[in-house]
Amino acid sequence: MNEYDVIVVGGGHAGIEASVAAAKMGVSVALITMEKNGIGRLSCNPAIGGSAKGHLVHEIDVMGGVMGQIADRSGIQFRILHKSKGPAVWAGRCQSDRKLYSEEAVKVVENTPGLNIIEDIANDLVVENNSVIGIKTQKGNEYKCKAIVISAGTFLNGIMYTGLTPSVGGRYGEEAAVGITEALVKLGFETARLKTGTPPRLLTESINFDVLEEQPGDENPEPFSFRTDKSKFPFLPQKSCWLLYTNQDAHKELEVGFKFSPMFTGLIDGAGPRYCPSIEDKIVRFAEKEKHQLFLEPEGLDSDQMYLNGFSSSLPADVQLKAMKKMRGLENVVMVRPGYAVEYDFFPPYQVDLTLESKRVKGLYLAGQVNGTSGYEEAAGQGLIAGINAAAKIIGKPELVLKRTDAYIGVLIDDLVNKSTNEPYRMFTSRAEHRLLLRQDNAKERLMKIGYDYGLITEDEYNEFKNDMKTLNRLISFFNNKKVKPKEVNGLLERNGSSLLENSETLAKLTKRPEVKIKDLVSEIGAEFDFKVKDEILEKVEIELKYEGYIKKQQELVEKLNKHEEISIPLDFNYMSLKTISMEAREKLQKIKPRTLGQASRISGVSPSDISVLLVYLKH
Amino acid sequence: MQIYSEDIIAALATPAGEGAISVIRVSGENCAELVDKIFSGNKKLSDAKPNTIHYGKIIAQDNSVIDDVLVSVFKAPHSYTGEDSVEISVHGNPLIVEKVISELVDLGVRPAEPGEFSKRAFLNGRIDLAQAEAVAEIISARTEASLRGARNQLNGMLSEKVNLLRENLLNILSLEELELDFAEEDLEFIPNEEIISKIDFTIEEINKLLGSYNFGKILRDGINVAIVGKPNVGKSSLLNYLLKESRAIVSETPGTTRDVIREELKIDGYLFRLFDTAGIRTAEDYVEKEGVLRSREAIVKADLVLFINDSTTGFDKDIFESLLKIKDKNKIVVVSNKIDLSNSTKMDSDVFISAKTGEGINELFQILKNRAIDSKSYSEKTAIVSNIRHFSALKKANEALVSAKETINSGMSQEFVALDIREALESLNEIIGIVTTDDMLNNIFDKFCIGK
Repeated sequence: MNEYDVIVVGGGHAGIEASVAAAKMGVSVALITMEKNGIGRLSCNPAIGGSAKGHLVHEIDVMGGVMGQIADRSGIQFRILHKSKGPAVWAGRCQSDRKLYSEEAVKVVENTPGLNIIEDIANDLVVENNSVIGIKTQKGNEYKCKAIVISAGTFLNGIMYTGLTPSVGGRYGEEAAVGITEALVKLGFETARLKTGTPPRLLTESINFDVLEEQPGDENPEPFSFRTDKSKFPFLPQKSCWLLYTNQDAHKELEVGFKFSPMFTGLIDGAGPRYCPSIEDKIVRFAEKEKHQLFLEPEGLDSDQMYLNGFSSSLPADVQLKAMKKMRGLENVVMVRPGYAVEYDFFPPYQVDLTLESKRVKGLYLAGQVNGTSGYEEAAGQGLIAGINAAAKIIGKPELVLKRTDAYIGVLIDDLVNKSTNEPYRMFTSRAEHRLLLRQDNAKERLMKIGYDYGLITEDEYNEFKNDMKTLNRLISFFNNKKVKPKEVNGLLERNGSSLLENSETLAKLTKRPEVKIKDLVSEIGAEFDFKVKDEILEKVEIELKYEGYIKKQQELVEKLNKHEEISIPLDFNYMSLKTISMEAREKLQKIKPRTLGQASRISGVSPSDISVLLVYLKH
Repeated sequence: MQIYSEDIIAALATPAGEGAISVIRVSGENCAELVDKIFSGNKKLSDAKPNTIHYGKIIAQDNSVIDDVLVSVFKAPHSYTGEDSVEISVHGNPLIVEKVISELVDLGVRPAEPGEFSKRAFLNGRIDLAQAEAVAEIISARTEASLRGARNQLNGMLSEKVNLLRENLLNILSLEELELDFAEEDLEFIPNEEIISKIDFTIEEINKLLGSYNFGKILRDGINVAIVGKPNVGKSSLLNYLLKESRAIVSETPGTTRDVIREELKIDGYLFRLFDTAGIRTAEDYVEKEGVLRSREAIVKADLVLFINDSTTGFDKDIFESLLKIKDKNKIVVVSNKIDLSNSTKMDSDVFISAKTGEGINELFQILKNRAIDSKSYSEKTAIVSNIRHFSALKKANEALVSAKETINSGMSQEFVALDIREALESLNEIIGIVTTDDMLNNIFDKFCIGK
């Protein structure tokens, strides 16, 4: 068969979500990938989630994406980060068995009806009347299609560096993809270079763990996916990570190699991520720091290797090894594979719309690292949106644009389109101005209906969610109305160091006390319900009651800001005719074509008074 | 879509009425070409260099000369509105002004709406929102001091100050955010006490600005001074001396000044509004008697009370004590009048004067000025809040910061503190216009009088 509705180029985390979502929506899909077994390969650290990234995984999951399930099935350590802080910043993170993650991903893709895997390399697009109509491959095949999702990761003209010798490739031991960038440039796209790096892999048996600090997972691990059966979770034996530190001697060894650094010598000109610098960057930029913290992460259950997180480097292999040998615990280390930097093409993301369809060519969607992001989760979130939109357009469903108030994925895409990026973009909770509303615990309320409407969430799943919401509301009204007498709860209050009651009080008021846990309160008063109460629902009641004031305040701020979000700007609005605003702002607006005044206000280079000007014009 | 710069507007830019000169401002693309059609001078205005002044005549359609005029020519973007502009200075006669404008209208010029020139200046990025509001204040500025204050705001002093505050807050916010997104990193985080002291510093700075609101109000509205004293201590004589004209009735019969009389005078550029209250015979008099209720009201509302005593008859202790019940002591300036008759300086007074000879009057001026204005903290050279919208935005910012402190102290984690600080930032944004709502803009532009 050489005709599909949607063709997805690249089987990484964006490509998986895009192809599976589109196929589930009922269109025919082909996933073009260099090798089937490379699907879902974790190129960098063997971990999923983390601050803000865990949020992304939950959002993908409740909309019907697959990343959460794959991570749950292949996870060998699970932790909830920031448990000491408020629920909005609790974030799941897991260590993954690198091999199993990929195997599980292959299974998901293979078992999705209507989704074909093609082992090949796409190298040209066929475009007619500004719309994609097909794709050409290295093996000389041509496939017809209605939409293309490019999710090629770091493979577009990828060049890897360990020291000053570059080698062509998108990932260790894999070739680069040539042709797609050139095809897009021919179509008028702007392209630029980014850089990212990865640390060395070490032989486990050569490490002296006795002198390292162990970091185990949570005692009661929590899965990412709501579909995961908690009674069987975790599925795999659990492993620890280990903490270690660099030292001055190691730094000196690294400095010796600076003259062979492709970064410092200017060989690589793509910008790297500031939040994830190479070890050589850390030493130069934070010269006053005597040591840097590193983590040893297990590569997998069967693997004989460990991943040295925090030590990404593009220095020559012998320099990396000499430096590691100076570190406590690594004196006799055997390096299986050195760290390397990879430089690759991306398309500054102002060129896509909030649907991730390119503004220039209809039916062409871009997702993941090709849009300048970093991270598996960021890629997967974009893949899901691109896949849904590509399929939606074909089957005549409305387009999907997530707002910043809906989801981190909304924040992510809005940021990319409006601010573009000149370093690999990573999600942080601080990027979400409505953080308190974008919690892992309320991901379903925010997004599950969307997944259901596009056919990615089953009827059963959706009904269960609706029932849960009913339970939640019943519980909240029970807590708001039910008063307890001092003697019913003072025992608990005394034990938890909370001030005792003198008069009756509602359960809701008691729950608001920081020292009072809702579960204890329920068992103390022996409350019985004539409906089933899941632990997670009880926890949601607790969050809603405890943080009610702050959540309300956040909602008020949202409403205030949303005023501008509701003022839409016609797509054909001619910004260049607005002599009243700066040339820079005019050009930016013309380039990005914001959909709303709110979106316009977030474009860098567009000043507040420019927005006021726009507001006045839009009113006329 | 209507684009403002496409049409040409005109209006009187100076106060309506008779005066030495009146200025008619015309603004819009190529407006000089249009004015050329009614202007006759040595050269065409459209050929004139920008920022030049030209003598000539305004000729009506019937070829009659309307007036001899001076015309200033400005080219975009270097004009008040940021557009091509022409300012025609005519002789200050409303009839002439009306004729010139109606000639312009016949040529297709649209009479400007209230505030439209400033609106264009704002839209063209010539001034920001705070500056736009300052323009409204310059137009209505009654005194030089007020004008200086408004001008400084126009130059962006308040904006600059608010920007600094915003930077402070962004710094604090970054510290909180750091701990949320990078808690796993090996970083040293700032202890809460330090965050609190940084917040306190910002609160203090905002408080200073809030305090300047009163000063700003004084600059704009002037200082209200109530003149109080028993009948015949010379209140009206003093008022008359001060005003150098006889508005208040001066009588030998006690109690003839029954109405509150209001006059305005300027001292060192500050506007003082004087209220002469009805004479008060006894302390009970003004708290009880219906006829003097208005005096009481004037005293309560006044920024300062000028308490006049007759140095020949002595200090009216009972009235002073009653005054203290409704007015702060440092807001009461105790004056001993008629020292030309008694030369007794033993009385407990702030100043000794003679409303007849003018002795001590200068000193009285200085005292009035110093009492009214906290010149140590504020002057027209510092950033001043004189606008109620700015005042309430700053107040909201401060409330959010106080709540941030409470959040920290109650042991909540950084994301909650960050919410408060972001709220404070939003409030500051309202002042310099990062987030402007429709209503706010309309409100601002409605306040401009025609011609500006």
